[in-house]
Amino acid sequence: MSNVTGTFWLGHYNTIRTKFNLLKSIRWGRLSVISIPSVWLAIFFFIPFLVVFKISLAEPAIAVPPYTDLFVWDADNAIAEIKLKFGNYLYLWEDSFYLDAYLSSVKIAAVSTFFTLLIGFPMAYYIAGKKSSTRTLLLTLVILPFWTSFLLRVYAWMGFLKKNGIVNEFLQAIGLIDQPLQLLQTDFAVYIGIVYTYLPFMILPLYTTLEKLDGSLIEAAKDLGASPVKAFFLVTLPMCMPGIFAGCLLVFIPAVGEFVIPALLGASDTLMIGRVLWDEFFQNRDWPMASAVATVMLIILVVPIMFLRTGKNEEKQ
Amino acid sequence: MTRDSRFLKFSAILGFIFLYAPIISLIVYSFNKSKLVTVWGGWSIKWYVELFNNQQIIDAAMVSLKVAFITATLSVILGVLAGYVLSRMGRFPGKMVVSGWITAPLIMPEVITGLSLLLLFVSMEKLLGWPSGRGITTVIIAHTTFCMAYVAVIVQSRLAQLDDSLEEAAMDLGAKPHSLFFLVTLPIISPAIISGWLLAFTLSLDDLVIASFVSGPGNSTLPMVIFSKIRFGVSPEVNALATIMILIVAIGVIAAMWQMRKKENVL
Repeated sequence: MSNVTGTFWLGHYNTIRTKFNLLKSIRWGRLSVISIPSVWLAIFFFIPFLVVFKISLAEPAIAVPPYTDLFVWDADNAIAEIKLKFGNYLYLWEDSFYLDAYLSSVKIAAVSTFFTLLIGFPMAYYIAGKKSSTRTLLLTLVILPFWTSFLLRVYAWMGFLKKNGIVNEFLQAIGLIDQPLQLLQTDFAVYIGIVYTYLPFMILPLYTTLEKLDGSLIEAAKDLGASPVKAFFLVTLPMCMPGIFAGCLLVFIPAVGEFVIPALLGASDTLMIGRVLWDEFFQNRDWPMASAVATVMLIILVVPIMFLRTGKNEEKQ
Repeated sequence: MTRDSRFLKFSAILGFIFLYAPIISLIVYSFNKSKLVTVWGGWSIKWYVELFNNQQIIDAAMVSLKVAFITATLSVILGVLAGYVLSRMGRFPGKMVVSGWITAPLIMPEVITGLSLLLLFVSMEKLLGWPSGRGITTVIIAHTTFCMAYVAVIVQSRLAQLDDSLEEAAMDLGAKPHSLFFLVTLPIISPAIISGWLLAFTLSLDDLVIASFVSGPGNSTLPMVIFSKIRFGVSPEVNALATIMILIVAIGVIAAMWQMRKKENVL
């Protein structure tokens, strides 16, 4: 009898021990697996924003690094001093140059997003209507430019839009214009550059929603007497809204801060905030001002970024 | 507007011309004999010869390839962990925050990422003495931070497509967490890992803005050298370089597609 009980207890003890060990190993393994990428992102993605905000409250100084300290420890009087300068933000508000740059960036990004949608939608619609093998091929053709260098694709447009470039030569050859047009270094070139480089970002989410589209609903609308145009605007378009929304945000958000496109294709007076930040940093070496510009840009972009995230979460549910 | 209407076909064709015409013209003009990029002077490979004699470009290409290789490898490690954590580890405190941090670098304007990382490195150097100065290491860290996000998203969507019955079966058969991960999960997501590595490699090789902020003197990456060459006009050498890079990518993508199709046929 006692022997049996003994075995029972021993067995029980063993299971408890293995369970405990297993639990321990899972906990530690789990913790380290979760924390490695999280800590990396915290240090190299999140904390940098705090540093940007901190330095935006400093003043430029001739030093290495070129800004003043916020915390000054006065050893003689044992006084810790905190100097916060909101002057950069005041300056951002008062000097119309910055306000104009923000407004013009948002305008350029919004207009280009609209044209990206206008060009991307029919393409996505066309691809989604093809049979599976053609679809893969066409999708690859859409994605392929994304894999080639962004810088070199923008550069390709420089050769294309130059005074004696292909577009001007072509327009002259067919007799549409007598004199070459100034295409490069204009706002027009910036619009083309943004639409061109961000087109895949628009087409892919559109394609994903269009592919899942229930064709029978459109059929039903038509059977009930809707004209194709009416069926498109009343049935197809509303069902594509999540894709349109995601595509537009994916184009708009990075376009607001774009630097390379206005720098290479834009005029010297094409105002975009990414370029202003770049010049503050690299030409004026005013790190605090560049940080203030970045902080305000981030605040402007937080709302669309939040929208993108909530849209995604709703889609999941 | 039916799906195969002429209007759709016409606009799709125009769209593809829009996507490819500049690239094709770039390739054609890289074989142009004339120095004037738009005046056709006959076929020639002299810009390729000049390209390979340009030590500045070769050095920068070496820096970029090195950075891209290490970045891609690190990004895959961190990105796979992050993707796995978000799709297979259930709930944990701070999950919403981490999933937000993972996707944000994808759309964050590069000037903000670049500036913020530079300021972080400078502050860290002041406080901790590390990293001393800026160079290849800081570029790798910066690139890894935004490339791991791409890998994580790819891995996450691959894991979301697969149900976890295989993993559950392995667990029922007594697999320990780490052997479960290395013997079951990792092999299933290997296509996502390969495309994630390649994407991270390409993105790192291509980045101008972030590298300009965080790289030090003497460590110019290829895009930085290209940018300084083309800022004030077109340069035929860059056309030659672009052609080589575009062809490598095109061959790679087509080979990958072909491989995938072969596999699908076998299955």
